[in-house]
Amino acid sequence: MLILTCPNCGIAAEETELSPGGEAHLHRHGPGSSDGEFEEYLFLKENPRGVHFERWRHSHGCGKWFHAARDTATLQVFGTYSAQTTEPPQHIRDAITAARPGWRWRDFS
Amino acid sequence: MSTRLAQGGRLIDRSRQVSFTFDGKTFRGHPGDTLASALLAGGQVVMGRSFKYHRPRGAVAYGVEEPNALVNLGEEGRFEPDTRATTQEIFDGLVAESQNRWPSLDWDIGAVNSLFARFLPAGFYYKMFIHPRAAWKHLFEPFIRRSAGLGRAPRARDADRYEHFYAHVDVVIAGGGVAGLAAALAAGRSGKRVLLVEQSGHWGGRAVVDGARIDGKEAADWVADAVAALDAMPNVTLRTRAMAAGVYDHGYVLVHERLTDHLADKSGLRQRLWRVRAGRIINAAGALERPLSFAGNDVPGVMLASAMRDYLVNHAISPGDRTVIVTNNDDAYRTALALHEAGLIVPAVLDARPVADGELPERARAAGIRVETGRAVVRVKGRSHVTGVEVGLHVGEGSVLEEIACDAVAMSGGWSPVVHLWSHCGGKLNWDEAQAHFRPDPERPPLGADGTGFVRCVGASNGHLRTGDGIADAVAGAAWATGADAGKAPAGEDADEGALMPVWLMPQGAGVKLRAKMWLDYQNDVKVSDVQLAAREGYESVEHTKRYTTLGMATDQGKLSNINGLAVLSGALNAAIPQVGTTTFRPPYVPYTLGAIAGSAARETFMPLRKTQMDSWHVEQGAEFEPVGLWRRPYSYPRLGETVKDSVAREILNTRKNVGILDASTLGKIIVKGPDAGRFVDMMYTNMMSNLAVGRCRYGLMCNEQGFLVDDGVVARLSEDTWLCHTTSGGADNVHAQMEEWLQTEWWDWQVYTANVTEQWGQIGVVGPNARKVLEKLGGMDVSKETLPFMHWAEGELAGFPVRIFRISFSGELSYEIAVPAGQARGLWDAILAAGAEFGMQPYGTEALHVMRAEKGFIMIGDETDGTVIPQDLGLNWAISKKKDDFIGKRGQQREHMVDPLRWKLVGLETEDGSVLPEGAYAVAPGDNANGQRNVQGRVTSTYHSPTLGRGIAMGLVERGPDRMGEMLEFGAGADPVRAKIVDPVFYDKAGEKQDG
Ligand SMILES: [Zn+2]
Repeated sequence: MLILTCPNCGIAAEETELSPGGEAHLHRHGPGSSDGEFEEYLFLKENPRGVHFERWRHSHGCGKWFHAARDTATLQVFGTYSAQTTEPPQHIRDAITAARPGWRWRDFS
Repeated sequence: MSTRLAQGGRLIDRSRQVSFTFDGKTFRGHPGDTLASALLAGGQVVMGRSFKYHRPRGAVAYGVEEPNALVNLGEEGRFEPDTRATTQEIFDGLVAESQNRWPSLDWDIGAVNSLFARFLPAGFYYKMFIHPRAAWKHLFEPFIRRSAGLGRAPRARDADRYEHFYAHVDVVIAGGGVAGLAAALAAGRSGKRVLLVEQSGHWGGRAVVDGARIDGKEAADWVADAVAALDAMPNVTLRTRAMAAGVYDHGYVLVHERLTDHLADKSGLRQRLWRVRAGRIINAAGALERPLSFAGNDVPGVMLASAMRDYLVNHAISPGDRTVIVTNNDDAYRTALALHEAGLIVPAVLDARPVADGELPERARAAGIRVETGRAVVRVKGRSHVTGVEVGLHVGEGSVLEEIACDAVAMSGGWSPVVHLWSHCGGKLNWDEAQAHFRPDPERPPLGADGTGFVRCVGASNGHLRTGDGIADAVAGAAWATGADAGKAPAGEDADEGALMPVWLMPQGAGVKLRAKMWLDYQNDVKVSDVQLAAREGYESVEHTKRYTTLGMATDQGKLSNINGLAVLSGALNAAIPQVGTTTFRPPYVPYTLGAIAGSAARETFMPLRKTQMDSWHVEQGAEFEPVGLWRRPYSYPRLGETVKDSVAREILNTRKNVGILDASTLGKIIVKGPDAGRFVDMMYTNMMSNLAVGRCRYGLMCNEQGFLVDDGVVARLSEDTWLCHTTSGGADNVHAQMEEWLQTEWWDWQVYTANVTEQWGQIGVVGPNARKVLEKLGGMDVSKETLPFMHWAEGELAGFPVRIFRISFSGELSYEIAVPAGQARGLWDAILAAGAEFGMQPYGTEALHVMRAEKGFIMIGDETDGTVIPQDLGLNWAISKKKDDFIGKRGQQREHMVDPLRWKLVGLETEDGSVLPEGAYAVAPGDNANGQRNVQGRVTSTYHSPTLGRGIAMGLVERGPDRMGEMLEFGAGADPVRAKIVDPVFYDKAGEKQDG
């Protein structure tokens, strides 16, 4: 059972306090988008073995959303950060690079 | 026959007696006895029968690894099957009965299975399932059902209480042997928070039985001092009868603690499940001795050598006058010496090794015990009890050189570290060639959140079988876990041991007849020959072999059998053991009760119950309740002598004729406020909400991004920047969560606040032709058609209560929904009832509400919708804005399949004969589909008897339904399909004059 630190309230929260929200940094495709773009947005999610970026909600705590960067195989947590961003911040990327040199996730590295 | 010796027994209190029954017969033991030791003291060696062949079985082990001695324990609300006699401590009045026997333990009809063992080979069930169904049903199944099966399931409700307990510690130490105690002392001195748990009722593990010395003291004295020192440390918590069951991600550990299982007084909490978060975990769980695979190794009286020593030293149990020892290592000689010292006869030690010249064998020889090297047990003689062994060459094929008469056999095949807690979270193992066992690979531990290992095995569980090595390893483990200098390790001393020789088949050239009597998994009756058969049939993966043969799949989870089975498989495949691999270790280490898993979440505290302010009134009226979300709502209010069906009909007719009152407090209420609130509600709803005038209400639909309808309700604009969104009773939390998700993760620059105020307001529906008269009598607000028309709302005081009144209707009647601060809701409810009496007011429940909405053709989320239905399917196009560029679901609804003209769409359905259509019935269509199933063209979504119309009414989704008005459909494909006509879904007041009134 994971422990993730909620960056909004600072609490190291157990998984039972959290709700998963799937892949992070999605680009919403609404009306006017092509079928391919819409399919990509709704259905074609990253599911890597290794470095991954996810959305979580501190649902039984402060109620706020946040992002987590972690390794899906070893469960190492590289860091958590604000939900109000479209890409992982530099300090999170640096933390991943320190543990997983040469990592790549979508267009981020 | 086993007996109690006159002297000895370090755990028993001979000054007191404990009385209990086994299969109805009274036995006596002493405090400190387990059920197994007390039965052995009473000469009861046979304690159960095996699962498949019903062979008589006795205890083969001393602890949680026991596969044979399982009993049904207790009665009524305290009945529990599959209880291990080896770990169940006795108390006065304990009631136990043996399992897997019919009609009695001594004479069992199922034992006839043994005679047919040839026809019940590995993969028996697997092979039988492919036989014709008739053979299975009439031949195999009745036979298997009667003769197989472990303990009975309890019939009565559990009489006991359980709880969960949360703990946060720096170090958890699993196992209270000398390694665990040494680790705890070192970790405790560092000042860190330490939790030390021991699954049995006693500290010290094997060292106190085997006579090791630590720091110059007897092990038992050192253990007593260690426990006293730990007790004095405020940062250390000690628990016995507490089993570390599993290690999970990020240092989560479950510990199962038994509080009253060993007591006659059952009044206290029975068991506690510790939910521990640990920084580091030290596994000091020891090692388990392995049986040897020789023919008849399951005959009662054959026991692990260490277990026999435990029964002797701890409980003064003599296994019989004459015990033959069979071994491949030095450790088993300790049993020979212990028996000899107790005055019992050891006719021979049969050692498979060509040479045995270690310290222990030499001591045995010096004591006058006959030691035969290079020898094997060819076969154990006896059926319900050992009567002797046939002896042969270990390197031979089973020629009998000699027969030795004996009452018991002690066997030792070496030791396997208990690595379960290491492996649960992915710790890897290496094969230790010298000691012939798997031990943890320190380079590949389970990893925690910081990417480093968080579990370490110490002592015997790390392969250090000697006392001194194990203690030193444990102290090093404490230094690792605490990051502090652990100081000097206590010095442990025990006898030097020579090398073990791996023995997986005894004798090594044994033929098929002997191999078919060598048990690997005692409980599931899996033999050496079964695993070899599986290998011949192509089961090369150990995981497949396990499932095919059921090896290791019984309640003992293969604690004794897995390594022996693996070795036999590797031999059959001609591959090295590490190449064949291990099976996966999964929690729990020992099975524990569902009661402990549930904890206090049982009965009335199983889940929260939300009650409205009017709940006690509903109870006083004798309401039938139904759950909605976590709320309970009155389903109907049956009067004396009325059925619920009658009362629902009465409530509907009275509401339509006079006036009804409804507790609508559970309705979801979410405030959306801020400069960007209008923009936001336009995104959340399919229709336009930003242009709703203050003081007005509008029905709205919410979809998910795929376009599917997920919730509906009336939105009221409270002020220039504030909207009140009503949701379904069950949907309020989800809708609010979705709003927050969009605001926090997509449009975080929008200035909008949301608040779920569902519980801040009571809400009361006053519904029916007399509704206005009731409100006028209460007084305080102008509720006339002119001032407060349909789909408007107003704020004011009604009979002195501060209220908001909404002119909205879910019944089709003249209707006022009155919101009042929750604390005053019951007062207003009582005032309305008093005022309504003269107008024929009666309460109505959720069923009347549902029927009335169906009579009006209003949809219900969860009835007409199921997560695959879009608003366009339900004729709700009028509630979908064409002006808005975007809303949640708009793009999804443009997908090809969503605009398919053949989609099933909402219609009304009227049966020819006025009957009520079955719920969820399908309308059949000609022909069959690709799977040979009848084609369908629609289904019923809501169906009721309408008291208003005096006939059945239904709504359904039908292919091109709205274009097929008047057509007849057939529902159900049986002999008697129900015919129904496609009609308009609005059955009552199509013009809507009543609600506008
Ligand atoms: Zn938080």
